[in-house]
Amino acid sequence: MTAVVVDNVTKVFNQGRSDEVTALAEVDLTVDDGEFVSLIGPSGCGKSTLLRLIADLIEPSTGTVTVADRPAAQARREQEYGIAFQQSGLFEWRTVRRNVELPLELRGIGRAERKAKAEQMLELVGLADFAGHYPGQLSGGMQQRVAIARALAVQPPLLLMDEPFGALDEMTRERLQSELLAICAKTRTSTVFVTHSISEAVFLSDRVVVMSARPGRITASIEVRLPSRDEAGRQSPVYFDKITEVRKALRG
Amino acid sequence: MRRVVPPIVAGVLALVLWELTVTLGRVAPFILPAPTAIWRELVAQRGNVWDAALASGANALVGLIAGSVAAILAALAASRFRTLGEVSIPFAAVVGALPIIALAPILNNMFESTSSVPRRIVTAIVVFFPVFLNTLRGLREVSPVHQELMHSYAAGGWTFARKVRLPGALPHLFTGLRQASSLAVIAAVVAEYFGGLQDGLGARITSAAAFTAYPRAWAFVAGACLLGLTFYLVTLLLERLAMPWKLA
Ligand SMILES: Nc1ncnc2c1ncn2[C@@H]1O[C@H](COP(=O)(O)OP(=O)(O)OP(=O)(O)O)[C@@H](O)[C@H]1O
Ligand SMILES: [Mg+2]
Repeated sequence: MTAVVVDNVTKVFNQGRSDEVTALAEVDLTVDDGEFVSLIGPSGCGKSTLLRLIADLIEPSTGTVTVADRPAAQARREQEYGIAFQQSGLFEWRTVRRNVELPLELRGIGRAERKAKAEQMLELVGLADFAGHYPGQLSGGMQQRVAIARALAVQPPLLLMDEPFGALDEMTRERLQSELLAICAKTRTSTVFVTHSISEAVFLSDRVVVMSARPGRITASIEVRLPSRDEAGRQSPVYFDKITEVRKALRG
Repeated sequence: MRRVVPPIVAGVLALVLWELTVTLGRVAPFILPAPTAIWRELVAQRGNVWDAALASGANALVGLIAGSVAAILAALAASRFRTLGEVSIPFAAVVGALPIIALAPILNNMFESTSSVPRRIVTAIVVFFPVFLNTLRGLREVSPVHQELMHSYAAGGWTFARKVRLPGALPHLFTGLRQASSLAVIAAVVAEYFGGLQDGLGARITSAAAFTAYPRAWAFVAGACLLGLTFYLVTLLLERLAMPWKLA
């Protein structure tokens, strides 16, 4: 099985109007089962657009998107993926715990199981003490972590994450990176992860996909084989070599 | 405390100034009675003021509830069907700007003179527009991220309305209700100026004025103010109870 196949996809916004934008041009991307792929590229190069296409939140202008060997629309309806957007997108009228519970609720999971699962996820992102708070009482980074917990709560086969750690401090970020890797390894989750951080992309990914802007294209796909993904991995020569390689690819 | 003290101080100062202007300036009572004279009447007439306030309050409440329920249902329908919403907004804005209170004499002729229904209908119509327009705005204002998120959960239209649209519209709904609660009291009181059953504050004000009992008329006006204030504060309290996340 292949987690994601993006086949020759072009996305034009506002086609035929004066504000027409070609966000993506002739993009091919394959994510294997259990693979962790990062998307990196300058602002406005179409990373979020590509993620939205995989999530079937927008439709390609040409080309096809396949998720878990099914058309993207069907995969969405069958809840094949969990998504965390660039904005946290929490519901301000729900407490933190009830925000994390929402996707479980929509899947008809019982109250007790929902609560237990949500609390476990909040523990994971270090927000167990804030379960009863409202999002308005949380900092931006904390809200982002709640959104991550919400995306993880359903344990989807495919995780789509759009700069999830963007608003976090270095220490929290590194801890959550490790947690995310542990979850993905344990449940064999496939992941598409958008980031602006070269080191984050290299540390997390099996493959780093580099994009360029106007129109958005994939310019390089760099395999990363770190000896281990821990502190030693961050010190290894491969790690630094790959960072240099990605940086060069980004410069074009 | 800091939010309560300034308005109270300002109010007391205004009353003192009023009293001084009337007594020192020898203003005739039919132009403006002194606050102390109004207060004396209010105490003397407290039974009558209370009864009249209950009658007007009941009319305002029934009208407020009926008008709000109708407005919320209409807003739900208008948010569900795009063209309906597009047509209804300018229509509601224009009709809402008309002096609906002017319908009172017509409605009074349609019902018996012992009926409270005309005043309640006028109140309901007056209430309808601010609640409808505000609620509809709230229902339509769904953040794109929330929309995409619910789409990613493959949530249906009804689930989406219940879990996102309605709670998201609550702040707007209560803005409308707050406006409507004061309007409801005004409408219920003023509708009596145009005939119909004469048991509320509006009738008491006109009859006291007709007998040149100006301080008494003003005592009933004060009763109407207190009634309006009560409606407003209760709505404010409901708003706080309904949206605990706003308190935090
Ligand atoms: N809904 C839309 N309508 C019109 N244009 C859009 C829309 N969404 C994105 N675009 C355009 O598509 C291009 C790519 O946008 P996208 O959000 O995918 O960039 P990005 O790589 O995620 O950028 P960033 O790193 O800043 O988040 C941009 O030029 C943007 O203006
Ligand atoms: Mg983006």
